[in-house]
Amino acid sequence: MATYLEFIQQNEERDGVRFSWNVWPSSRLEATRMVVPLACLLTPLKERPDLPPVQYEPVLCSRTTCKAILNPLCQVDYRAKLWACNFCFQRNQFPPAYTGISEVNQPAELMPQFSTIEYVIQRGAQSPLIFLYVVDTCLEEDDLQALKESLQMSLSLLPPDALVGLITFGRMVQVHELSCEGISKSYVFRGTKDLTAKQIQDMLGLTKPAMPMQQARPGQPQEQPFVSGRFLQPIHKIDMNLTDLLGELQRDPWPVTQGKRPLRSTGVALSIAVGLLEGTFPNTGARIMLFTGGPPTQGPGMVVGDELKVPIRSWHDIEKDNARFMKKATKHYEMLANRTATNGHCIDIYACALDQTGLLEMKCCANLTGGHMVMGDSFNTSLFKQTFQRIFSKDFNGDFRMAFGATLEVKTSRELKVAGAIGPCVSLNVKGPCVSENELGVGGTSQWKICGLDPTSTLGIYFEVVNQHNAPVPQGGRGAIQFVTQYQHSSTQRRIRVTTIARNWADAQSQLRHIEAAFDQEAAAVLMARLGVFRAESEEGPDVLRWLDRQLIRLCQKFGQYNKEDPTSFRLSDSFSLYPQFMFHLRRSPFLQVFNNSPDESSYYRHHFARQDLTQSLIMIQPILYSYSFHGPPEPVLLDSSSILADRILLMDTFFQIVIYLGETIAQWRKAGYQDMAEYENFKHLLQAPLDDAQEILQARFPMPRYINTEHGGSQARFLLSKVNPSQTHNNLYAWGQETGAPILTDDVSLQVFMDHLKKLAVSSAC
Amino acid sequence: MNVNQSAPPVPPFGQPQPVYTGYHQSSYGGQPGSTAPPTPYGAYNGPVPGYQQTPLPGVSRAPPSSEAPPASTAQAPCGQAAYGQFGQGDVQNGPSSTVQMQRFPGSQPFGSVPLAPVVSQPTVLQPYGPPPTSAQVTAQLAGMQIGGAVAPALPPVGLGYGPPTSLASASGSFPNSGLYGSYPQGQAPPLSQAQGHLGAQPPQRSAPPQASGFTSPASGGPRMPSMTGPLLPGQGFGGPSVSQPNHVSSPPPQALPPGTQMTGPPGPPPPMHSSQQPGYQLQQNGSFGPVRGPQPNYGSPYPGAPTFGSQPGPPQPLPPKRLDPDAIPSPIQVIEDDRNNRGSEPFVTGVRGQVPPLVTTNFLVKDQGNASPRYIRCTSYNIPCTSDMAKQAQVPLAAVIKPLARLPPEEASPYVVDHGESGPLRCNRCKAYMCPFMQFVEGGRRFQCCFCSCINDVPPQYFQHLDHTGKRVDAYDRPELSLGSYEFLATVDYCKNNKFPSPPAFIFMIDVSYNAIRSGLVRLLCEELKSLLDFLPREGGAEESAIRVGFVTYNKVLHFYNVKSSLAQPQMMVVSDVADMFVPLLDGFLVNVSESRAVITSLLDQIPEMFADTRETETVFAPVIQAGMEALKTLFQPQTGAYQTLAKECVAQGCCVDLFLFPNQYVDVATLSVVPQLTGGSVYKYACFQVENDQERFLSDLRRDVQKVVGFDAVMRVRTSTGIRAVDFFGAFYMSNTTDVELAGLDGDKTVTVEFKHDDRLNEESGALLQCALLYTSCAGQRRLRIHNLALNCCTQLADLYRNCETDTLINYMAKFAYRGVLNSPVKTVRDTLITQCAQILACYRKNCASPSSAGQLILPECMKLLPVYLNCVLKSDVLQPGAEVTTDDRAYVRQLVTSMDVAETNVFFYPRLLPLTKSPIESATEPPAVRASEERLSNGDIYLLENGLNLFLWVGASVQQGVVQSLFSVSSFSQITSGLSVLPVLDNPLSKKVRGLIDGLRAQRSRYMKLIVVKQEDKLEMLFKHFLVEDKSLSGGASYVDFLCHMHKEIRQLLS
Repeated sequence: MATYLEFIQQNEERDGVRFSWNVWPSSRLEATRMVVPLACLLTPLKERPDLPPVQYEPVLCSRTTCKAILNPLCQVDYRAKLWACNFCFQRNQFPPAYTGISEVNQPAELMPQFSTIEYVIQRGAQSPLIFLYVVDTCLEEDDLQALKESLQMSLSLLPPDALVGLITFGRMVQVHELSCEGISKSYVFRGTKDLTAKQIQDMLGLTKPAMPMQQARPGQPQEQPFVSGRFLQPIHKIDMNLTDLLGELQRDPWPVTQGKRPLRSTGVALSIAVGLLEGTFPNTGARIMLFTGGPPTQGPGMVVGDELKVPIRSWHDIEKDNARFMKKATKHYEMLANRTATNGHCIDIYACALDQTGLLEMKCCANLTGGHMVMGDSFNTSLFKQTFQRIFSKDFNGDFRMAFGATLEVKTSRELKVAGAIGPCVSLNVKGPCVSENELGVGGTSQWKICGLDPTSTLGIYFEVVNQHNAPVPQGGRGAIQFVTQYQHSSTQRRIRVTTIARNWADAQSQLRHIEAAFDQEAAAVLMARLGVFRAESEEGPDVLRWLDRQLIRLCQKFGQYNKEDPTSFRLSDSFSLYPQFMFHLRRSPFLQVFNNSPDESSYYRHHFARQDLTQSLIMIQPILYSYSFHGPPEPVLLDSSSILADRILLMDTFFQIVIYLGETIAQWRKAGYQDMAEYENFKHLLQAPLDDAQEILQARFPMPRYINTEHGGSQARFLLSKVNPSQTHNNLYAWGQETGAPILTDDVSLQVFMDHLKKLAVSSAC
Repeated sequence: MNVNQSAPPVPPFGQPQPVYTGYHQSSYGGQPGSTAPPTPYGAYNGPVPGYQQTPLPGVSRAPPSSEAPPASTAQAPCGQAAYGQFGQGDVQNGPSSTVQMQRFPGSQPFGSVPLAPVVSQPTVLQPYGPPPTSAQVTAQLAGMQIGGAVAPALPPVGLGYGPPTSLASASGSFPNSGLYGSYPQGQAPPLSQAQGHLGAQPPQRSAPPQASGFTSPASGGPRMPSMTGPLLPGQGFGGPSVSQPNHVSSPPPQALPPGTQMTGPPGPPPPMHSSQQPGYQLQQNGSFGPVRGPQPNYGSPYPGAPTFGSQPGPPQPLPPKRLDPDAIPSPIQVIEDDRNNRGSEPFVTGVRGQVPPLVTTNFLVKDQGNASPRYIRCTSYNIPCTSDMAKQAQVPLAAVIKPLARLPPEEASPYVVDHGESGPLRCNRCKAYMCPFMQFVEGGRRFQCCFCSCINDVPPQYFQHLDHTGKRVDAYDRPELSLGSYEFLATVDYCKNNKFPSPPAFIFMIDVSYNAIRSGLVRLLCEELKSLLDFLPREGGAEESAIRVGFVTYNKVLHFYNVKSSLAQPQMMVVSDVADMFVPLLDGFLVNVSESRAVITSLLDQIPEMFADTRETETVFAPVIQAGMEALKTLFQPQTGAYQTLAKECVAQGCCVDLFLFPNQYVDVATLSVVPQLTGGSVYKYACFQVENDQERFLSDLRRDVQKVVGFDAVMRVRTSTGIRAVDFFGAFYMSNTTDVELAGLDGDKTVTVEFKHDDRLNEESGALLQCALLYTSCAGQRRLRIHNLALNCCTQLADLYRNCETDTLINYMAKFAYRGVLNSPVKTVRDTLITQCAQILACYRKNCASPSSAGQLILPECMKLLPVYLNCVLKSDVLQPGAEVTTDDRAYVRQLVTSMDVAETNVFFYPRLLPLTKSPIESATEPPAVRASEERLSNGDIYLLENGLNLFLWVGASVQQGVVQSLFSVSSFSQITSGLSVLPVLDNPLSKKVRGLIDGLRAQRSRYMKLIVVKQEDKLEMLFKHFLVEDKSLSGGASYVDFLCHMHKEIRQLLS
């Protein structure tokens, strides 16, 4: 067997799964002593170009409480045509179609390389994808123009049979009818009044036509399905209409007096969008795409009043309990989000404004439904334009990288139970034998709904070992977990992806080294971070930090090698060596620190952190820093102030920002124009190299990061300076004047101090 | 009758009296008993006949005329001549009285004529033939005098007439002849004769007539004698007769009046006409028969007619039937007289307290300091000085104000005065506006307010020297110092929220529910709107209208349209939340027509298409209006659903609501119309609308409604000089306090009736002043103040009051008062109140102004002789006495309409015009003279037009000549005429052209398009038509004119006793 690193990587590639522990402590007690819970990061729809879906349906265990799917871990009696469920040990007969089965003629789902397999369900009507644009018209003229262009462009990217709809809002909310010739028609709603789904449907005339009318036109039954069609039409039918309609969109005409914000009815607009889809296409893949250029200022869900002199809430206001609209608005959007999730639709939020737009209150709309959240300064930026375009990007098969209405079910072997999940999902509240009583994240269920997901959507799933200490697992025993994801593929097919994994049990007392060696510190860091962020949503920041610190200290105590009370003797094995550093950066990250961030920004960062895969998540926790110089090829360097040198160019990727930073000397050279001189072409190349690398990252990233090109002394350099480990500050005087980096003006502790302190605490017997 | 009989003693009067008695008896039926005398008369029907004939003379001249003829062809001429002399309508009216006085001699002839004509007693007449003339004259005089002055005058005549009178009485049926007769003659003879006649007649008549006639003042008759000859009572017929006399004598009376004052003036004018006409006719005819010209026509139907024909013998028999309708005051006659007397000369408003010509008369007005009667009409132009007097007389003091009345092209609209930045000059204390009545003092440095007597400084820029009479030198250069009506430009202080108004807007809200679509209404309307939008009202010479337009359609939900000119196609915005109405768009809803023409046209093309398949039958209403109002607001406020509140808010926002209803079922007009009512809007109702039949009517109304000049966001206030004040207001408006009439919209048809009460003593010398100030936004968006000033006389003699009354205006007030009363009181109470008040008015006159006469006589003031007939019409109207076929909606609709009608409209509404079409020569360009609205006036060989401002009927007699049928309907016989036809075929022959021209002419006169209904005699539709023959008994139980008159007489007598 190869190294654990290879094993982990291989598993991730094949199954999209990374566990914090790859050898599992075999008893409940020991598991809890491991500090980092047994958990995994699951990317349910991880792109698998090498995995063609099979065109038949899975075989289920016949036990009604189990219904696990036949997988390579099952024991099969080819002679008797029986198979034993590896979760409940039920013996099942193969279905008739499997009569030809034998050792040499195995169905794919029994082959070990198909631990992850995808089935295509042929049954059932396929319903088209639905895209409902909800567009804010209270924008500046050029912003609106840019948005209109983006929207028009998007029409060409949609699948031709997709249904589209358009709702615009400002002071009023307009639901546009798309099928009229000669006159453009819309239904208008007051932006201040919340309506129930029933009311909305009544007012839109979506309620089922009365019986007499059906009798009246017996000859035209085909009209029936399109009662709702007035608002949602196949793109190929109304392409031109909609393009014109978008073209004619005007800024909200209601006058906005000096000192006021425009009245923006975001809350009602969303409510109507949700109600519209709820009444017409429940449980069909649908995206509600909200484009907004400012905070909701009236009606339910308003975040701030229209008086400009009253600023939108800050973290300070929230701490002081001064955000008078926040709770109510949050409640409104939560209610909407839950309804949307129930209907299997998702809500995207594209918020582009210089000020906050209320993402804090609206975040759940995207978080609970698996929708996207994009934050930018203006719709007239490439950040928005390209991000939006990327939503409609296609995979190697030419399918859209989006899936809808997914249900994720987790099945565990009996020594395990599932404690919860953290990610863009909601609980389906399905109780079962494998549901733990303890909750981590969204728990109490074995099934979650993920209304919108893409190949990178990743959930953290937390387990609890329930095996009692006095009932040891037999040597060589393996624990198994099956992830079953049913979803609507962008081709509108229903599909089921099944991933079944197994790991060895180990007795923590006798085989701790095994367990230790199988620790995946990257996964663990991300999983712990998710827990921390999840807590941060409901708890005070300092409490979360304290909790994280305590976990770290306990981990160090458990796995560190040291002599009591002797910090200098403290050592961590390779498999743990990076973990404290992750935690250090996590503590400083915007996910847990709100200083310098608006509530909207925090929500935005947390949103993405809770859904990106391991690699991206790690970048978010600890940004990557590359250094470019004449001294050699580009190299990753420490995220440390000491890396900031005058003759280097730095490229930092924080996921949300790409920062290119020119050292002092480099900047001077560039200013002097050396790059334009033939004899200094190498300097030109040097300048170009990070740009090219940045482009590469930009191309692959969703959402588009903010791209910052700055230099020593530039105001934007703060993005870099705030991330690096402040190893040199104005406080450690001895560093002043040295040529080894740039001092950071901060009181934050450096990694060095942090580590020293950690060691001290870890070896202390006081804890 | 008994009374009469008893009366006989008083020979002169007695005669006439009998007639009256007849009335009493008949009308009251049981009552007669009370009036013991009546009974005998009852037998007499005779009196009735007398009435018939007489009435005419008195009221409706027609009849008398017939009589007259015989009496005096010669006379007639004289009469004419005389009139001519009096010449001017004025003279006739009596106003010219002074002149007349002198002319007496001349007048006599007239008088005679009429009297003689009195027709009724052709027989009698014949005998008297010769004498009558003189007698008549006297009679007339007498009538005029009524007041008493007459009496003196009469004497001389009387003598001469003595004999004739008797005749007259007999024939004239009292009125003229009778009265006169009584006087002059020694009464005795005439009486006897008269009585005889009467008596004879009555019997024939038989009870019935009496009953009906009630008039019978007969009883009065008897008294008459005692009373005074002059009063005409003799002729008695009491009321009618009296009136007649008035009429007849009017000219003379006027002269006489001075003395008699009371009756004098009124009587004269009308009579003149009537008498004249009759006279002429008679003359032509040669014999009595001719007199009745018309009657013959009626021929069969009317007993009377035949009578006439037979003149001598036969007539008598006929008369017996009952009170002769011709003997009671005739509206037609009064109208004709006024037309002839006053239509030719302009009415100059310079003199205080002048009674203007009747609304039915075409006359020009010259503004010389008082507002034209087109703007303001008063119930009386002579106000009692004290409230005691006013209480005694019970004559309501009211002004009917139509501030934005349309003027004929010959009259200039009010001048606009700009007082600059400081705004119109006003009294500092009472805030009255500068007007011709203000007194400048101290060399012009100050002025004394004519309303509150406060002395104000004249601002330097307004200073002007006074001439030797104390008048400003520039008085004639400044409209506000020399005219009764003018306008001020308002400054920003007069604008809502101190902001100049934005241009007004029209919002068309179109019902697109299933019914409206199916009936074709929507398509029709949209088509029409396309062209109609070019004719929005504009101010003065403006090239294009400043009014912006917006469109809304609705069924269960509302659809707003964005028709901004920059749009390629209109945008429709649906608002489904009708419970919480709002306007979904701001920009592009209200647009300038010419700028957005293309988009609007496109929209109007689309609307019928879009909803062509609609199945929506539900409609909403309140939200529709609310939406319209919201559209005019910039701010949103919470709304409640009640229409009342809604309407108030509309007013506050200056939103006027016009409502076109097309119900085919009950829609609760009463509730719906609250909003138009309170906002100064109009309601139009088209029951069971069908495009083919009602298209023209609707489109015509719509055009007019859209094109008429309107004032917006108006506030009207009426200021008065010390002593009286405005206490009550009637009309379509809203009042948030007790003085300001608020109208969201006010057009040239809308009228506000204002009632005044005394709060102090008035001064005869200074009179009473009214100033009506209307602050409004013109259709060009200009804020203006329109001022109307009117000075009235004050009197210490009740007689002056009665002589300067205007019955039409009085009816206008009483109808509105009663119609409002219906909302809070039982109909019966309201009716009784009206009757009582009317009786009190007349009783007061009888008691204080009429010369003494028998209690059995019905004596009516000349100016009010039509009060009973008109009042009866009001009482019989659908609102006060609804028949079974009148729906609640109809009642509400009518009630709502009447509320804002002006005098001319109420006049014709309550007493429809009935025009015979084939009587006058085809060539004659003028409208044929109307006939009285009674079935008896219809001849089955003739065709009639009837109109009341809302309805238009063409009645075809069963034996109309085939040629006429052919040339009008293009069918060969009566039976082939489609009953209920609403359009006459366009045929190229003189008769067809004339009739159609006449119909068009009538429609042009009215503010609403009248749909024509062709009714055939004996057809079932005739019921509908007969409803409008208001002198007859109505199906719903309304009394006939004769009956009512009798009843009224009884009431009066009760009051007097």
